[in-house]
Amino acid sequence: MKSTNLLLAASALALLAPAANAIELTFVSWGGAYSKSQQLAYNDPYMAAHPDVTIINDESSPEAVAKLRAMNEAGNITWDIVDVVAADAIRLCDEGLAMEIDFDKDLAAAPDGTPATEDFGDLLVSDCFIPEIVYSTTFGYRTDLVGDTPPTKVCDVFDLKKYPGKRSLEKRPINNMEWALLCDGVPKDEVYDVLATEAGQDRAFKKLDTIKDSVIWWSSGSDTPQLLADGEVIMGSTYNGRLFSLIEEKKQPVAMLWDAQVFDLDGFIIPAGLPDDRKQAALDYVRFATDTQRLADQAKYIAYGPARKSSAPLVGKHADLGIDMAPHMPTDPNNAKNTFLYNYEWWADYRDDLDAKFQAWLAK
Amino acid sequence: MSDTTQTGPVLAADGTPLKRSLQRALRREKLRALLLIAPLLIFVLVTFIAPIADMLFRSVENDIVADTLPKTVVALKSWDFHSGEAPGEAVFAALAADLQVAVEAKTHTRLGSRLNYEKTGISSLFRKSGRKVKKWDLASDAPFREKFIKIDKDWGDVDVWRVIQTYSGKYTNGYFLNAIDMEKGPNGPQWRDESQQIYLMLLKRTMFLSITITLSCLLLGYPVAWLLSNIPMRTSNLLMILVLLPFWTSLLVRTSAWKVLLQQQGVINDVLVWVGLVADDNRLVMINNQFGTIIAMTHILLPFMILPLFSVMRTIPPTYLRAAKSLGATNWTAFWRVYFPQSIPGIGAGSILVFILSIGYYITPELVGGTTGVFISNRIAYHISSSLNWGLGAALGSILLLLVLVLYWLYDRIVGIDNVKLG
Repeated sequence: MKSTNLLLAASALALLAPAANAIELTFVSWGGAYSKSQQLAYNDPYMAAHPDVTIINDESSPEAVAKLRAMNEAGNITWDIVDVVAADAIRLCDEGLAMEIDFDKDLAAAPDGTPATEDFGDLLVSDCFIPEIVYSTTFGYRTDLVGDTPPTKVCDVFDLKKYPGKRSLEKRPINNMEWALLCDGVPKDEVYDVLATEAGQDRAFKKLDTIKDSVIWWSSGSDTPQLLADGEVIMGSTYNGRLFSLIEEKKQPVAMLWDAQVFDLDGFIIPAGLPDDRKQAALDYVRFATDTQRLADQAKYIAYGPARKSSAPLVGKHADLGIDMAPHMPTDPNNAKNTFLYNYEWWADYRDDLDAKFQAWLAK
Repeated sequence: MSDTTQTGPVLAADGTPLKRSLQRALRREKLRALLLIAPLLIFVLVTFIAPIADMLFRSVENDIVADTLPKTVVALKSWDFHSGEAPGEAVFAALAADLQVAVEAKTHTRLGSRLNYEKTGISSLFRKSGRKVKKWDLASDAPFREKFIKIDKDWGDVDVWRVIQTYSGKYTNGYFLNAIDMEKGPNGPQWRDESQQIYLMLLKRTMFLSITITLSCLLLGYPVAWLLSNIPMRTSNLLMILVLLPFWTSLLVRTSAWKVLLQQQGVINDVLVWVGLVADDNRLVMINNQFGTIIAMTHILLPFMILPLFSVMRTIPPTYLRAAKSLGATNWTAFWRVYFPQSIPGIGAGSILVFILSIGYYITPELVGGTTGVFISNRIAYHISSSLNWGLGAALGSILLLLVLVLYWLYDRIVGIDNVKLG
């Protein structure tokens, strides 16, 4: 009798326990197709394995840096895991708003035992940033509006004679300045040295001047796909995943111009100053979400490359379209014949100055 | 008649002087009134006045340098940048001590980003130096001057030290100078390089565009408001729904709709080409420029003009116009001399509303304004959410606030603020 009671009490406790210890993780990301891919690849499996955890989605990544700073000043941090681009992560780390990660201790090793630091390699660009995907900013063009010889080089963007018509570029100096110098004959490895000088910056602006009247400047990643679909522009830069969805999912007459694509990273940070239990929960989630299999899984839903070397061979087919995803990855050898690596450290220094100059140049 | 000869103060029924008794009653009354409005007062103070005060304060606040490098700031006081040489060992020793504390608290990189707004390169200078200085032993590793310069030759750059010295005060006018295209040079405030001047131009453009939008709202809204107030109630209610309909649609949807209409391959251009008014290879550019901003924002802000106009016009008795006409006035005279003056309070209210709203708009200009149709608020948004230069954002915001107050004052002088009516 006694033992039955005890058993009952124990099972009642066991039933109550998860409710009492329920953990809520606030997961901040970009929304849209990207958040969906994370939900399917990371969040759903994680919640299935940890029934006591609820993941709450927040789509504040575009304002993550400002909001985290405001939360920090107010002394009330409500986010647990934040998805940001590498440049923002570096800024957050500099401002002391993101927690430093001990990569080998906090992250899972590859299946063959390679430690995380080696598996991620030089993609670990900041002490606070856990890379998740490699994406690239590259050009797409309308196959029906560029004549019989489609563009093959990034410099064709600057060639108004061969390809008359409008093109769309992002309304910020990053990437545009580099492409301008590359097409003005600066060798790839000297671009940032040249761009550090006043004369080099003028040179880049001069090159951009040659197409300024034919450019539509975008500020949201969805602008270029819309402009291409409507035939407003004949070519334009945007994130490769957006172009993938335009070409493969929406079947528009658009093709990729992978030449001189600029690699960039997106990944997680954990806000600094979380209480210990939430910090542990966030770390546990991140350890799961950025292991080899999970990163490879994400590529089933969106055309961004996994940040781990060990994930690359595991990339399979698109979950709905059933097409092979590997050839659509920016890191695929066929696409990555000529790539450009965004220099984070350099831009962290020059961003304020060049942005002021760029905006003044735009307004002229 | 003789009982009024009493010379003392007038007394109330309970014997206290009437004056004091009245005052007490009045004070109680006032206190009760204050208690009644207290919730609103506190709400306004907390959610409106306090943030504005905080913003004004941020635009001059500059604690970070003195807080992060307290010893260095003191040691740097005696250094004169005119000497043309970086400061001596004493300053570098103080810097090493300060940096070790700062690295522990991880505030050195924050200071680096702050000073990077003033001089390019300081951000990585602090990040790089922090890593090395962490490992130094303050007691045995002296002298530090050479060591710092070995980490980065920028530590030997006079200009870096000048910036640290210039911004070592607790308060600075640097953000405000920055907001009007100036900077703190070696010899006091100076104009920024022409390639970086942008804010004054944006401020002028913001004024120009806001006035244009207000005027076009007035031009379009006045006849609509007149129509609404002069037709039977039932019809006017129905038409009012059409005016309010845009309010119930998302701002982004409305702005995107303008894109579809105005772009070169858009509906309007297609129709014009089809009719033959415009050649196919010479389609009109109506978006991603000032024109696009004016059109889209006029549409979005139009209800704010129509509603106050309508509520004022409804109170103008139609008999006045009939009386004017029966006395021999033409239609125009009757309108201009009798109707229009009575509708001025509505024009004032609507214009102020539309102008103040448009001066702070940034989403629509960002989407349809291209490069020539963006406002100063776009730069404020950039500095708040992306560059994290909140000081500069606050300074720009303060200037905008001041400008609105000046315009309000001007309006009061010219038209009179009593003349503004919302109904």
